[in-house]
Amino acid sequence: MVTITHYLMLSGVLFAISLAGIFINRKNMILLLMCIELLLLAANFNFIAFSHFLGNPDGQVFVFFILTVAAAEAAIGLAILVVLFRTRASINVEDMDSMKG
Amino acid sequence: MFELIFFLGYAIVLVCAAVGVIVARNPVHSVMYLVLCFVTSAVLWLMLEAEFLAMTLILVYVGAVLVLFLFVVMMLDIDVSVIRSHFTRYVPFGVLIAAIAVAEVWSVVWMRSQGLPVASRPEPAAADFSNTKELGAVLYTEHVYAFELASFVLLLAIIVAIVLTMRKRSGLKVQDVDKQVSVNRADRIRIVRMKAESD
Repeated sequence: MVTITHYLMLSGVLFAISLAGIFINRKNMILLLMCIELLLLAANFNFIAFSHFLGNPDGQVFVFFILTVAAAEAAIGLAILVVLFRTRASINVEDMDSMKG
Repeated sequence: MFELIFFLGYAIVLVCAAVGVIVARNPVHSVMYLVLCFVTSAVLWLMLEAEFLAMTLILVYVGAVLVLFLFVVMMLDIDVSVIRSHFTRYVPFGVLIAAIAVAEVWSVVWMRSQGLPVASRPEPAAADFSNTKELGAVLYTEHVYAFELASFVLLLAIIVAIVLTMRKRSGLKVQDVDKQVSVNRADRIRIVRMKAESD
Protein backbone atom coordinates (compact mmCIF):
# COMPACT_ATOMS: atom_id res chain seq x y z
CA MET A 1 0.00 0.00 0.00
CA VAL A 2 1.29 3.44 -0.87
CA THR A 3 1.17 5.71 2.16
CA ILE A 4 2.01 9.35 2.66
CA THR A 5 5.45 8.27 3.89
CA HIS A 6 6.34 7.04 0.40
CA TYR A 7 5.45 10.37 -1.16
CA LEU A 8 7.27 12.38 1.49
CA MET A 9 10.41 10.29 1.06
CA LEU A 10 10.26 10.63 -2.72
CA SER A 11 9.92 14.38 -2.33
CA GLY A 12 12.87 14.40 0.08
CA VAL A 13 15.04 12.54 -2.43
CA LEU A 14 14.00 14.92 -5.21
CA PHE A 15 14.80 17.91 -3.00
CA ALA A 16 18.23 16.49 -2.12
CA ILE A 17 19.08 15.78 -5.77
CA SER A 18 18.28 19.32 -6.81
CA LEU A 19 20.19 20.66 -3.80
CA ALA A 20 23.22 18.64 -4.93
CA GLY A 21 22.67 19.99 -8.44
CA ILE A 22 22.97 23.55 -7.17
CA PHE A 23 26.35 22.71 -5.62
CA ILE A 24 27.63 20.66 -8.56
CA ASN A 25 26.61 23.08 -11.31
CA ARG A 26 27.51 26.23 -9.45
CA LYS A 27 29.06 27.82 -12.54
CA ASN A 28 26.21 27.26 -14.96
CA MET A 29 23.48 29.79 -14.31
CA ILE A 30 20.89 28.13 -16.50
CA LEU A 31 21.25 24.83 -14.62
CA LEU A 32 20.91 26.70 -11.34
CA LEU A 33 17.52 27.97 -12.54
CA MET A 34 16.51 24.44 -13.54
CA CYS A 35 17.52 23.10 -10.13
CA ILE A 36 15.34 25.74 -8.48
CA GLU A 37 12.42 24.52 -10.59
CA LEU A 38 13.09 21.00 -9.31
CA LEU A 39 13.23 22.23 -5.70
CA LEU A 40 9.81 23.81 -6.13
CA LEU A 41 8.48 20.59 -7.66
CA ALA A 42 9.65 18.65 -4.60
CA ALA A 43 7.88 21.16 -2.35
CA ASN A 44 4.71 20.85 -4.43
CA PHE A 45 4.81 17.07 -3.97
CA ASN A 46 4.49 17.53 -0.20
CA PHE A 47 1.54 19.88 -0.56
CA ILE A 48 -0.31 17.54 -2.93
CA ALA A 49 0.37 14.46 -0.79
CA PHE A 50 -0.89 16.12 2.39
CA SER A 51 -3.86 17.58 0.54
CA HIS A 52 -4.84 14.11 -0.63
CA PHE A 53 -4.27 12.24 2.61
CA LEU A 54 -5.95 14.88 4.79
CA GLY A 55 -8.82 15.35 2.35
CA ASN A 56 -8.37 19.12 2.22
CA PRO A 57 -8.20 20.96 -1.14
CA ASP A 58 -6.36 23.99 0.32
CA GLY A 59 -3.03 22.29 -0.30
CA GLN A 60 -3.80 22.08 -4.00
CA VAL A 61 -4.69 25.78 -4.06
CA PHE A 62 -1.28 26.48 -2.58
CA VAL A 63 0.40 24.41 -5.28
CA PHE A 64 -1.50 26.50 -7.81
CA PHE A 65 0.06 29.67 -6.38
CA ILE A 66 3.51 28.11 -6.20
CA LEU A 67 3.25 27.20 -9.88
CA THR A 68 2.30 30.81 -10.67
CA VAL A 69 5.23 32.24 -8.75
CA ALA A 70 7.62 29.66 -10.24
CA ALA A 71 6.53 30.56 -13.76
CA ALA A 72 7.06 34.27 -13.03
CA GLU A 73 10.45 33.50 -11.50
CA ALA A 74 11.50 31.46 -14.52
CA ALA A 75 10.46 34.21 -16.93
CA ILE A 76 12.32 36.94 -15.03
CA GLY A 77 15.35 34.73 -14.40
CA LEU A 78 15.68 33.84 -18.06
CA ALA A 79 15.26 37.51 -19.07
CA ILE A 80 18.11 38.45 -16.73
CA LEU A 81 20.15 35.57 -18.15
CA VAL A 82 19.62 36.78 -21.72
CA VAL A 83 20.63 40.33 -20.78
CA LEU A 84 23.74 39.06 -18.98
CA PHE A 85 24.72 36.90 -21.93
CA ARG A 86 24.33 39.90 -24.25
CA THR A 87 26.61 42.10 -22.19
CA ARG A 88 29.25 39.50 -21.16
CA ALA A 89 28.89 36.66 -23.69
CA SER A 90 29.05 34.14 -20.82
CA ILE A 91 26.68 32.54 -18.32
CA ASN A 92 29.44 31.57 -15.93
CA VAL A 93 28.43 32.72 -12.46
CA GLU A 94 32.06 33.46 -11.58
CA ASP A 95 32.28 36.10 -14.32
CA MET A 96 29.56 38.13 -12.65
CA ASP A 97 31.68 39.83 -10.03
CA SER A 98 31.46 43.48 -11.08
CA MET A 99 29.88 44.41 -7.72
CA LYS A 100 32.65 42.72 -5.77
CA GLY A 101 34.44 45.18 -3.48
CA MET B 1 0.14 -4.21 -4.50
CA PHE B 2 -0.33 -3.05 -8.09
CA GLU B 3 -0.44 0.52 -6.86
CA LEU B 4 2.88 0.12 -5.04
CA ILE B 5 4.58 -1.30 -8.14
CA PHE B 6 3.17 1.57 -10.19
CA PHE B 7 4.35 4.13 -7.65
CA LEU B 8 7.84 2.63 -7.36
CA GLY B 9 8.27 2.44 -11.14
CA TYR B 10 7.40 6.10 -11.62
CA ALA B 11 9.40 7.15 -8.56
CA ILE B 12 12.51 5.45 -9.98
CA VAL B 13 11.99 7.14 -13.37
CA LEU B 14 11.54 10.49 -11.59
CA VAL B 15 14.70 10.13 -9.50
CA CYS B 16 16.77 8.96 -12.50
CA ALA B 17 15.52 11.89 -14.59
CA ALA B 18 16.36 14.31 -11.77
CA VAL B 19 19.90 12.90 -11.61
CA GLY B 20 20.04 13.26 -15.40
CA VAL B 21 19.15 16.96 -15.10
CA ILE B 22 22.10 17.72 -12.86
CA VAL B 23 24.78 15.56 -14.50
CA ALA B 24 23.94 15.90 -18.22
CA ARG B 25 26.82 17.33 -20.23
CA ASN B 26 24.66 19.22 -22.69
CA PRO B 27 22.19 21.81 -21.30
CA VAL B 28 19.64 20.80 -23.95
CA HIS B 29 19.67 17.26 -22.56
CA SER B 30 19.20 18.71 -19.08
CA VAL B 31 16.03 20.46 -20.20
CA MET B 32 14.79 17.25 -21.80
CA TYR B 33 15.38 15.34 -18.55
CA LEU B 34 13.52 18.11 -16.74
CA VAL B 35 10.57 17.57 -19.10
CA LEU B 36 10.63 13.87 -18.20
CA CYS B 37 10.71 14.81 -14.51
CA PHE B 38 7.64 17.00 -14.82
CA VAL B 39 5.65 14.51 -16.89
CA THR B 40 6.42 11.73 -14.40
CA SER B 41 5.42 13.99 -11.53
CA ALA B 42 2.16 14.73 -13.29
CA VAL B 43 1.43 10.98 -13.41
CA LEU B 44 2.18 10.67 -9.69
CA TRP B 45 -0.09 13.63 -8.99
CA LEU B 46 -2.84 11.83 -10.91
CA MET B 47 -2.39 8.95 -8.47
CA LEU B 48 -2.97 11.47 -5.67
CA GLU B 49 -6.23 12.54 -7.36
CA ALA B 50 -4.97 16.04 -8.14
CA GLU B 51 -6.11 15.86 -11.76
CA PHE B 52 -6.38 19.57 -12.43
CA LEU B 53 -2.87 20.32 -11.18
CA ALA B 54 -1.42 17.35 -13.07
CA MET B 55 -2.85 18.70 -16.31
CA THR B 56 -1.71 22.22 -15.42
CA LEU B 57 1.78 20.91 -14.79
CA ILE B 58 1.93 19.39 -18.27
CA LEU B 59 0.21 22.21 -20.14
CA VAL B 60 1.71 25.22 -18.37
CA TYR B 61 5.02 23.87 -17.14
CA VAL B 62 6.10 21.53 -19.88
CA GLY B 63 4.26 23.45 -22.57
CA ALA B 64 5.34 26.97 -21.67
CA VAL B 65 8.03 27.29 -19.03
CA LEU B 66 10.29 24.45 -20.15
CA VAL B 67 9.90 25.43 -23.80
CA LEU B 68 11.06 28.88 -22.72
CA PHE B 69 14.09 27.24 -21.09
CA LEU B 70 14.73 25.31 -24.27
CA PHE B 71 14.55 28.49 -26.36
CA VAL B 72 17.03 30.27 -24.13
CA VAL B 73 19.42 27.30 -23.99
CA MET B 74 19.41 27.00 -27.77
CA MET B 75 19.64 30.76 -28.31
CA LEU B 76 22.69 31.25 -26.13
CA ASP B 77 25.94 29.96 -27.51
CA ILE B 78 27.25 28.29 -24.36
CA ASP B 79 30.79 27.00 -24.09
CA VAL B 80 30.14 23.84 -22.08
CA SER B 81 33.80 22.99 -21.46
CA VAL B 82 34.46 26.23 -19.54
CA ILE B 83 31.36 25.81 -17.42
CA ARG B 84 32.13 22.21 -16.55
CA SER B 85 35.81 22.78 -15.87
CA HIS B 86 35.56 22.19 -12.11
CA PHE B 87 32.63 19.79 -12.28
CA THR B 88 34.35 16.79 -10.67
CA ARG B 89 35.78 18.93 -7.88
CA TYR B 90 32.31 19.93 -6.68
CA VAL B 91 30.74 16.46 -6.96
CA PRO B 92 31.82 15.03 -3.55
CA PHE B 93 30.62 18.14 -1.74
CA GLY B 94 27.28 18.09 -3.56
CA VAL B 95 26.75 14.40 -2.86
CA LEU B 96 27.61 14.93 0.80
CA ILE B 97 25.06 17.76 1.11
CA ALA B 98 22.43 15.65 -0.66
CA ALA B 99 23.10 12.64 1.59
CA ILE B 100 22.75 14.77 4.71
CA ALA B 101 19.50 16.28 3.40
CA VAL B 102 18.07 12.84 2.58
CA ALA B 103 19.08 11.45 5.98
CA GLU B 104 17.47 14.38 7.77
CA VAL B 105 14.24 14.32 5.82
CA TRP B 106 13.89 10.55 5.96
CA SER B 107 14.59 10.33 9.68
CA VAL B 108 11.93 12.93 10.45
CA VAL B 109 9.40 11.47 8.02
CA TRP B 110 10.01 7.93 9.23
CA MET B 111 9.87 8.75 12.96
CA ARG B 112 6.89 11.05 12.79
CA SER B 113 4.73 9.24 10.28
CA GLN B 114 4.24 6.18 12.51
CA GLY B 115 0.82 6.26 14.07
CA LEU B 116 -0.36 9.41 12.33
CA PRO B 117 -3.98 9.59 11.22
CA VAL B 118 -2.80 10.51 7.70
CA ALA B 119 -1.07 7.16 7.29
CA SER B 120 -4.23 5.43 6.09
CA ARG B 121 -5.26 5.92 2.51
CA PRO B 122 -8.55 7.81 2.04
CA GLU B 123 -11.34 6.33 -0.02
CA PRO B 124 -10.99 7.06 -3.74
CA ALA B 125 -13.37 9.71 -5.02
CA ALA B 126 -16.45 8.78 -6.99
CA ALA B 127 -16.21 8.53 -10.76
CA ASP B 128 -18.24 11.71 -11.33
CA PHE B 129 -16.27 13.72 -8.77
CA SER B 130 -14.67 16.82 -10.28
CA ASN B 131 -11.35 17.89 -8.85
CA THR B 132 -11.46 21.10 -10.90
CA LYS B 133 -14.84 22.05 -9.44
CA GLU B 134 -13.62 21.33 -5.91
CA LEU B 135 -10.54 23.48 -6.47
CA GLY B 136 -12.54 26.30 -8.04
CA ALA B 137 -14.98 26.34 -5.15
CA VAL B 138 -12.23 27.24 -2.67
CA LEU B 139 -10.03 29.24 -5.07
CA TYR B 140 -12.67 31.86 -5.91
CA THR B 141 -14.12 32.18 -2.42
CA GLU B 142 -11.63 31.65 0.41
CA HIS B 143 -8.48 32.40 -1.54
CA VAL B 144 -9.76 35.13 -3.86
CA TYR B 145 -7.32 37.79 -2.62
CA ALA B 146 -4.36 35.50 -3.07
CA PHE B 147 -5.71 34.70 -6.53
CA GLU B 148 -5.78 38.39 -7.42
CA LEU B 149 -2.26 38.79 -6.09
CA ALA B 150 -1.12 35.86 -8.23
CA SER B 151 -2.46 37.58 -11.32
CA PHE B 152 -0.57 40.71 -10.30
CA VAL B 153 2.64 38.67 -9.96
CA LEU B 154 2.15 37.36 -13.49
CA LEU B 155 1.55 40.88 -14.84
CA LEU B 156 4.74 42.00 -13.11
CA ALA B 157 6.65 39.12 -14.68
CA ILE B 158 5.43 40.09 -18.15
CA ILE B 159 6.45 43.73 -17.69
CA VAL B 160 9.83 42.88 -16.18
CA ALA B 161 10.68 40.37 -18.91
CA ILE B 162 9.80 42.84 -21.66
CA VAL B 163 11.61 45.79 -20.07
CA LEU B 164 14.75 43.75 -19.39
CA THR B 165 15.10 42.32 -22.87
CA MET B 166 14.08 45.44 -24.84
CA ARG B 167 16.99 47.31 -26.34
CA LYS B 168 17.81 49.90 -29.00
CA ARG B 169 20.31 48.73 -31.57
CA SER B 170 22.43 51.28 -33.40
CA GLY B 171 22.37 51.28 -37.19
CA LEU B 172 18.83 50.01 -37.39
CA LYS B 173 16.65 51.60 -40.13
CA VAL B 174 13.45 52.72 -38.42
CA GLN B 175 10.90 55.44 -39.09
CA ASP B 176 10.80 58.46 -36.81
CA VAL B 177 7.19 59.57 -37.07
CA ASP B 178 7.79 62.85 -35.26
CA LYS B 179 10.44 63.87 -37.77
CA GLN B 180 8.27 62.81 -40.68
CA VAL B 181 5.29 64.88 -39.57
CA SER B 182 7.21 68.03 -38.71
CA VAL B 183 9.02 68.25 -42.03
CA ASN B 184 8.76 71.51 -44.04
CA ARG B 185 8.25 71.96 -47.74
CA ALA B 186 11.52 73.85 -47.94
CA ASP B 187 13.45 70.88 -46.58
CA ARG B 188 12.40 68.61 -49.36
CA ILE B 189 12.08 70.56 -52.66
CA ARG B 190 14.19 73.24 -54.28
CA ILE B 191 12.95 75.24 -57.28
CA VAL B 192 15.65 76.17 -59.75
CA ARG B 193 15.28 78.59 -62.59
CA MET B 194 17.25 77.66 -65.67
CA LYS B 195 17.36 78.57 -69.30
CA ALA B 196 15.54 76.46 -71.84
CA GLU B 197 17.88 74.38 -73.88
CA SER B 198 18.22 75.08 -77.59
CA ASP B 199 17.33 71.70 -79.04
